[in-house]
Amino acid sequence: MWRVADWFTLAAIFLLLTVAAALVRCWRGPGPVERIMAAQLAGTGVIGVAVVLGTARGDAAFLDAALIGTLLAAVAVTAFVRGTPKPRAKG
Amino acid sequence: MSWTDAVVLALLGTGLAFYAAGSLGLLRFPDTASRLHALTKADNLGLGLVALAAALYWGSLAVAAKIALVWLFAVIAAGTTSQLLARRTRLDEARLHEPHPDAADSARDGGPR
Repeated sequence: MWRVADWFTLAAIFLLLTVAAALVRCWRGPGPVERIMAAQLAGTGVIGVAVVLGTARGDAAFLDAALIGTLLAAVAVTAFVRGTPKPRAKG
Repeated sequence: MSWTDAVVLALLGTGLAFYAAGSLGLLRFPDTASRLHALTKADNLGLGLVALAAALYWGSLAVAAKIALVWLFAVIAAGTTSQLLARRTRLDEARLHEPHPDAADSARDGGPR
């Protein structure tokens, strides 16, 4: 009989597999928006992995890592969008 | 197995199903807007359910508060990024429908390398 903590470890493996599936979209594109979306989904997935692994191991330090991850989650996308060329009306 | 464990496992399984739905949607949906929809909603609902399962399993109010904070920041980030990406997508589409597209501009942004 499995303990509940073992199911949390299994959940971490499952989450890593969904992140791997999202990376296929990062590879195929077709545009830069799709690639940055796949990176965003990888971010959410890894935050989930941190929460679940911390719970499985009973180690609250993983939760601090997850907290930092969520705080920085929007930074990459914001930088990407701010680097977008301006619409034609300006020029 | 106690009732709490059963609830924890049920929440964990549901959360993982939503995570899988988000990844599947990102892979299979046909255009950018629907992919964005799968990314921002299904994924964060999955994180919320998984976080709820973890908080129940810890059984400590302080840890539960920290996990709730993780989810809150994730939802704020998802709202911000979905607005930004949707606006960027609309700009791209408006550029596609212009009468005389500037070749240099489209090659710089997302064209073949």
